[in-house]
Formats: sequence, C-alpha cells, structure tokens
Amino acid sequence: MSVSLHPVLEARNLHVGFGGRGKGVPPVRAVDGVELSVDRGQIVALAGESGSGKTTLARTLLGLQRPNEGQVLHHGRPLDYSSRGLKALRRKVQLVLQDPTGALNPRRTVYEAVAEGLRIHKVPGNERELVAKALSQAGLRPAERFFQRYPHELSGGQRQRVVIAGALVLEPELIIADEPVASLDASVRGEILALLLSLRDELGLSVLVVTHDLGLAWNIADRLAVMYLGRIVEVGRTEQVLAAPKHPYTAALVSVLPEATGRTPVILSGESPDPSRIPAGCRFHPRCPALASGLAQRAGIADRCVGETLPVLPLHGPHAAACLLSGHIGDGIAGAAGGSPTGLLSA
Amino acid sequence: MNGEQRDPQAGTVDGPGAARVPRPRTAGGTGLLQIRDLRVSYRDRGVPLPAVRGVDLTLAAGETLGLAGESGCGKSTLAGALLRLLPGNAEVSGEILLNGSDVLKMSWGRLRAVRWNEASIVFQGAMHALNPVRSIGRQIAEAIVLHAPKSSAATARKQVGELLEQVGVPAWRAESYPHELSGGQKQRVMIAMALACSPQLIIADEPTTALDVMVQAQVLTLLKQLVQERGVGLILISHDLSVLASTCDRVAVMYAGRIVEQGPGHRLFADAAHPYAQALAAAFPVIGDMASRRAPRGLPGDPPDPRELGGGCAFAPRCPVAVAECVEYDIRLRTVDTERSAACVHVGVPA
Ligand SMILES: Nc1ncnc2c1ncn2[C@@H]1O[C@H](COP(=O)(O)OP(=O)(O)OP(=O)(O)O)[C@@H](O)[C@H]1O
Ligand SMILES: Nc1ncnc2c1ncn2[C@@H]1O[C@H](COP(=O)(O)OP(=O)(O)O)[C@@H](O)[C@H]1O
Ligand code: SF4
Ligand code: SF4
Ligand SMILES: [Mg+2]
Ligand SMILES: [Mg+2]
Repeated sequence: MSVSLHPVLEARNLHVGFGGRGKGVPPVRAVDGVELSVDRGQIVALAGESGSGKTTLARTLLGLQRPNEGQVLHHGRPLDYSSRGLKALRRKVQLVLQDPTGALNPRRTVYEAVAEGLRIHKVPGNERELVAKALSQAGLRPAERFFQRYPHELSGGQRQRVVIAGALVLEPELIIADEPVASLDASVRGEILALLLSLRDELGLSVLVVTHDLGLAWNIADRLAVMYLGRIVEVGRTEQVLAAPKHPYTAALVSVLPEATGRTPVILSGESPDPSRIPAGCRFHPRCPALASGLAQRAGIADRCVGETLPVLPLHGPHAAACLLSGHIGDGIAGAAGGSPTGLLSA
Repeated sequence: MNGEQRDPQAGTVDGPGAARVPRPRTAGGTGLLQIRDLRVSYRDRGVPLPAVRGVDLTLAAGETLGLAGESGCGKSTLAGALLRLLPGNAEVSGEILLNGSDVLKMSWGRLRAVRWNEASIVFQGAMHALNPVRSIGRQIAEAIVLHAPKSSAATARKQVGELLEQVGVPAWRAESYPHELSGGQKQRVMIAMALACSPQLIIADEPTTALDVMVQAQVLTLLKQLVQERGVGLILISHDLSVLASTCDRVAVMYAGRIVEQGPGHRLFADAAHPYAQALAAAFPVIGDMASRRAPRGLPGDPPDPRELGGGCAFAPRCPVAVAECVEYDIRLRTVDTERSAACVHVGVPA
C-alpha cells in the first residue's frame, strides 16, 4: 500500500486556524501542516486526543471550513468552493457524526430522513426503492418496516444505521465518520463497525474515521494516522503503528489502553495541549517521556528535540513518525518509553 | 434506548445541615457494604417497570467492584438505590447494609449523615452539573461547609486547595470557572467534591465515558490511588468491560436488572462464562490479537423491555447458544468455580 493509485481525497500542507483578531489573543492553529490521503476502498483512522484538530481537519476535507494555507484535492483537483462545487462534493463525500440522536429530526420518520438527501440533490429514480435499498444496506431489514418509524422508536444502534443510510442513499465514494460509535453501547459498537467494513468490501466505499478509540482502528482501519497538536505525528499500516509505535506519543496512547497487558502505562500529565501556543522544536517535547527520561539525551538528540522544527510527514510511504528518535531505536520506542512513566498528577 | 433512560439528579449528594456522627470504620476490611435481594421497580404510567430484579453484592473496604452492562440494564438505578436517591416513582425492597445498618430502614437524619460521612456518588454526566457562573473553588467550599458547618472560610479555602491537589488539579484552579476547564479536569473536580466528606464508599457512575483515552487513564489512576491509599470501597460503573477489567478486583455483569456473571475482573474479560458477558468482552478488541483484526464483534438485537419480561432467561432472544430449557424456568447464578458464578444453563451446578 505504498504508492496510492486512486486517492479520493487528499490534504496537502493543510493549515486551518481560528481567531486571533483580538489584541493579545494568539490565533488557534487547529490544523498545522497536514498531509493525508484516503484512497478508493480504503479505511483510514485518524486518532489523537481531544483538541488535537481531528474534527477541524475532517470539516476542512468536507469543504465546510476553508484552509488558511495548503489545499484539499478531490480526485487530484483542488476543491471548488462555489456553492455548486460544494453541493457536488457533498454528494460524493458524506459526513456521519457521533450522536445519532442529535443528527435526526425527532418529528421526521425514518423514510423522510433518508429521502432528504435525494430531494436536495434531485436524484432521479424511484425514491421508495432508493430509500429501501439504502436502509437495507445499512442493515435495517426489511426496510419497509422502518419507513414510518420515528427516531424515538429506535434503539441507539438503529438510529446510527438510519444516519448511515441517509449517507449511503447518495452513493458516496467516501464517508467521513466523526466518532461514529462513541455514544453507542459496547454491544452496538461492533455492529456498526462491522457495517462500515462490509460497505467497504461490498461497495468499495472509502471511509475516514475520526476517533480517539484505538481499538476501533484495530477493528477496521487499513491505515492509521495519529494527530498531535494539529499535525500528524505518526502514520502507517494499522498493524505496524499499533504493534510497534515509533512516536513516543503513540506509544503512550497504546500503553494506556485498558486491555494493554504487560506494559507499564505511560500516563502523560496535563491534557489538551493548547493549539494557540504550539511549542517550538518538536511540538510534543514538553510532554515527551523519552525526553524526560533521558532517552533522547542518550541518543544525542535532546537539543534538537527542543530546537529543531520537524518536517511534515510525507503523504504516502511506509510507516513513519515525526520523531528524531525513530531512526535511532526503531521499534524499541514502546519498551524504552514504557520503562519511565512520567508522574501522573504533576500537571 | 438512549433517550428514555434517565439518571437520578446530577451532581454529588447534598444534604444540608448534616449532623456530625462518629464514624464506625470497619476493621479488617470486610463487610463495608452488603446488598441482599435488592429490587427496584419504577411505576411508569401505572405499569410497573422492574429495573433491578434481585441483586446480591458485597464490597469490602479497600476493594473495587465493577458493574458492567449495556444502557438500560439498571446500573444507575442500583447506584441510586444505595443511597436512596431515586425519584419518587421508584419502589425499593431488599437490604442494603452499610457498615451493618440498613440504608433502606434509616431515619432521614441518619441517612443524611451517611450521605455526608460514609458514602458519595459521582453521577453519570455530573461534570455538566457544575454551576457555570461560580468558580469551582466556591462550589467545592460549599460542599465542605455543608458537611462541616463550623469550618471557617479560611479553613475551607485551604481544604479546597488540598482537595484539588489530591485529584491532580493545581490549587490555583480554584479561581477558574467550569468553562475554563477541560472535561477531564471537570470530572476530577466532581471527584474532589465527592471526597470533601472523606467517604468510605465511593460510587462512580460512568466517570470516564465521555473522556479520551489519556484523560480516562488519568481519572482511573486517580480512583485506584484513592482505593489504595485511603482504603475506600469503590463501585465503578461502566459499559466498557475492558476499563473495569483493568481497574477492578471483581466485576459484576448486569443484564435486564440482574447480575448474570460475577468474578475477578481480569478473568471476566479474558474468559467469561455467560454468553452475554462473552459478547460484552468481545466488543472491545485486544490490540495485537489477530482474531479481532478487521473483525469487529457486536451483539445483534436489543435488550428486552423490562415491562415485558416473562419467565426464563432474559437473554434467550439474543443468545447464540440458547436451548429449550432456557425459556422454561428462571435461571439463577450458578457456581463456575471458586471465584466465579454465572446465570446460564450451560454453567456448572446451581449455586
Ligand atoms: N470555530 C472555532 N473557533 C476557535 N477555535 C476552534 C474552533 N473550532 C475548533 N477550535 C479549536 O481548535 C482545536 C482543535 O479542535 P477540534 O474540534 O478539531 O479537535 P478534535 O481533535 O476533534 O477534538 P475532540 O476529540 O475533542 O473532538 C481545539 O483547540 C479547539 O478548541
Ligand atoms: N425515573 C424513572 N422512571 C421510570 N423508568 C426509569 C426511570 N429511571 C430509569 N428507568 C428505567 O429503568 C431501567 C434501568 O435504567 P438505568 O438504571 O438508568 O440503567 P443504566 O444505568 O444501566 O443505563 C431502564 O429501562 C430505564 O428506562
Ligand atoms: S523528537 Fe524528541 S521530543 Fe519529539 S517525540 Fe521524539 S524524542 Fe520526544
Ligand atoms: S441460560 Fe440459555 S439463553 Fe440464557 S444465556 Fe444461558 S444459554 Fe443463553
Ligand atoms: Mg472532534
Ligand atoms: Mg446509567
């Protein structure tokens, strides 16, 4: 999967910021130099802690947000931000959000909710048949039995299926799903993830799934990109990134998974690093366990960690991390960082 | 499923003018809490809705008990019953012995003292219940003053700082307003408020559900520390069995108002005996386990409507290994081995 032949959507050197108008208010650099590509039939997971810029990146890819710098390419062509261009894009690239209850109008039937997209885009054909097809693709079968139901008559998992059917009815190439199972029960979670996987296998759909749940990535994603403070700090095949993380941040995320056994959890102190004050040098250095433990010092890179700006990870290519250590100790980062957890409550 | 379930009032327990009573600390770490045949039924437009249907549990000081199960299975109802915090339409029966005295039979005065001196609850979504226009220091101080009305403003302020530091929030944050804190910090403030009365029992209902992995790890580590350093008994409620397995000595899995399996946390996750507990465990993959790679596992179907429960195993309609016997009679907990019990016909001998 090294060279991408059919990128559906690409981010190139993408920068997205907010605010900074008021005096002394620094602008928020929510997305700060991102290269990312989602290929046809590929499931890409974008992980990272709260506030790392995942949703902002997803919204920018959808054309809902204009980048300050860089561009979004759809089949290799820059997005057309005219209202006609955006309307055409939104037929091909659909968004599915975390909370299915909020996404559905409580006074509208399932049929209406799914048919809405067809009406907006004036899709020709038999509406009933198209709606029925989308519902059964989303696993609501027999579809006709769901037509006249209201959201409150459905379970959380069924509601999320209705939302997904509303996206599928337009036969999109790509679904961008922002935390699609975070508000769902454990038992329903697997059902929805299995649905995304089967849609890829059967319809060749591409999926970009935004999440802080690494287990979700393990369950369905081909590629995993880990975001920290507006930038992708590690990317590669899911197995490689999770089994042998190269970036100390990814290693920490993997180590705190509840089911991680045998590894000392590396609990980073503090939280939600501030995207209006991105540290100089490596943006992770103030929290980096490898730097704090002296590992970076021993590798002779500590000065560069705090002083040298790291390059943006390339769009394609093998498993890579934006860390000066990654060349030095290769796969050993998880073990090396795991031996020296930083204090939890020193924030 | 999501919409209709409601939680009892949000926020930590509050009991104005609580009397100061001597606190019987349990010796030797046994029998902090004993629950026997607890039943809760809500009257729902005249129809009884049995939310908890006969639960037995025990918890020792210094022990952590996890309570798992999908939305609507009765976890929050059970938690609310423990301190009699359920709404008026709830009917509760059974026994809840806290340090030997029955919470269900206590006078209001005694109950209030218990709520302040022996047990606190951090409710599901409680962090949203912080008052947005008051500094968090003031809100914690109010909890302290309610609990110990004679404390001076200076003492209270000092204590606020200490409580915040204990939960890993810098003391200067006392001046901050809720919107200035992250989700994880707000959740820790709620835990600080629950600690204001140095409780022996803490009940935390979904304390990390909305938080990301790193913050979740911070909050869970904090709770573990409290158990270890102060010997409090902790009941941790979550639908994420992997969280409970890594944090709890014992885990009980609930389905339709009953405990269907109970045992040591790690064993419940690695090798559950009840088909429902197995499905719940399989829903969270172990990273690196190739069996779950590109193979998410869920559980088809929905939990039963508590109003329509008949006899037989409540899980039968969704159970992949159900047999005719399952619907014929009530299946109660049976012994799996010395440490575990499960309510399934395929398991060992009736307990
Ligand atoms: N409209 C906006 N105005 C100002 N700042 C914003 C805006 N939208 C996002 N931000 C800031 O940009 C940063 C990235 O936000 P974003 O929503 O992309 O994070 P996220 O990774 O999706 O987090 P979560 O996991 O909590 O959803 C945050 O610091 C956020 O506060
Ligand atoms: N105040 C109430 N009135 C009527 N029914 C309720 C009330 N609170 C909860 N229930 C019902 O009781 C059952 C158990 O709910 P709950 O204890 O909140 O479950 P959980 O916390 O496990 O999600 C559900 O069927 C729910 O709809
Ligand atoms: S470059 Fe240095 S500071 Fe940054 S992650 Fe690597 S070791 Fe840590
Ligand atoms: S008793 Fe029967 S229906 Fe219930 S869990 Fe066991 S096998 Fe399944
Ligand atoms: Mg987001
Ligand atoms: Mg609940």
